[in-house]
Amino acid sequence: MGLQTLFFYLFAFIAVASAFMVVSARNPVYSVLFLILTFFNAAGLFLLTGAEFLAMILLVVYIGAVAVLFLFVVMMLDVDFAQMRAGVLEYAPIGALVGLILAAELIIVVAGSVFSPEIAKTVPMPIPALSQRTNTAALGDVIYTHYIYFFQIAGLVLFVAMIGAIVLTLRHRPNIKRQNISQQVGRTPETAVQVVKVRPGQGL
Amino acid sequence: MTDLLGSYIPIAIFIGISLVIGLALLVAPFAVAFKAPDSEKLSAYECGFNAFDDARMKFDIRFYLVSILFIIFDLEVAFLFPWAVAFKGMGWFGFWSMMVFLGVLTVGFIYEWKKGALEWE
Repeated sequence: MGLQTLFFYLFAFIAVASAFMVVSARNPVYSVLFLILTFFNAAGLFLLTGAEFLAMILLVVYIGAVAVLFLFVVMMLDVDFAQMRAGVLEYAPIGALVGLILAAELIIVVAGSVFSPEIAKTVPMPIPALSQRTNTAALGDVIYTHYIYFFQIAGLVLFVAMIGAIVLTLRHRPNIKRQNISQQVGRTPETAVQVVKVRPGQGL
Repeated sequence: MTDLLGSYIPIAIFIGISLVIGLALLVAPFAVAFKAPDSEKLSAYECGFNAFDDARMKFDIRFYLVSILFIIFDLEVAFLFPWAVAFKGMGWFGFWSMMVFLGVLTVGFIYEWKKGALEWE
């Protein structure tokens, strides 16, 4: 138990500290790297609560993909960061308000049983004990059958994201010669070589 | 619960060791390395010629397209893991549920392929 508590405070402290660095770092690339550190520590916290699958998905999807995408966006934006920084204090009250709302929502969710004891009794799908069913299997038991609508909607959201990304960013440049392998392989001597008889003294 | 966390202790130890080695390699040069900097040594090395430009330059939007398509298929694969683990007790309903999900994304994949989003030009 002692070790678990130690790791909880370690992960929580690094997560909060690096989240603070995300907003205060001068170089936006460093901000993204600190964001990756925050994600990593959040994965550690998930693991401590027994949510093994979520922790690994956080590592694979958020750190592997989303953080790289953020890095891309940061590098693609050719903006004056000093100018952007200038307005930071102006927006601080709005940021604080959003943070406050989020904190209130989290408290309501976590301590919802205090506000309304009925809700705590009607958990739709209790998590089975870890000794009976692993975390990933317990998720798999309900996602694809019990929560099928949400699952299919998730698929459609991914579909829309795919089509949207292609429609928004795909531009074909004209006048580009592409390699057409089947055409290359399908060439025969008849179509590739032309034999011309040149009579002496006359040009072509 | 403690069994699960106990199985992660080797990983924590490895992270600790790699942290120590990484920090040692970062800190040791400050203490022991011989330093004689000049402007040529400190400038960015770009394959032998002078650096033209700042590294923070705009680059082609197509990199973004490739990475966002990667993320979408990454998420699709993330959904496959619990399905594969819990497949035994799921029955035909769970099987076809996943097939419909994959079918929708396959339609997207065919669109992507036909549009030429996977080609670089």
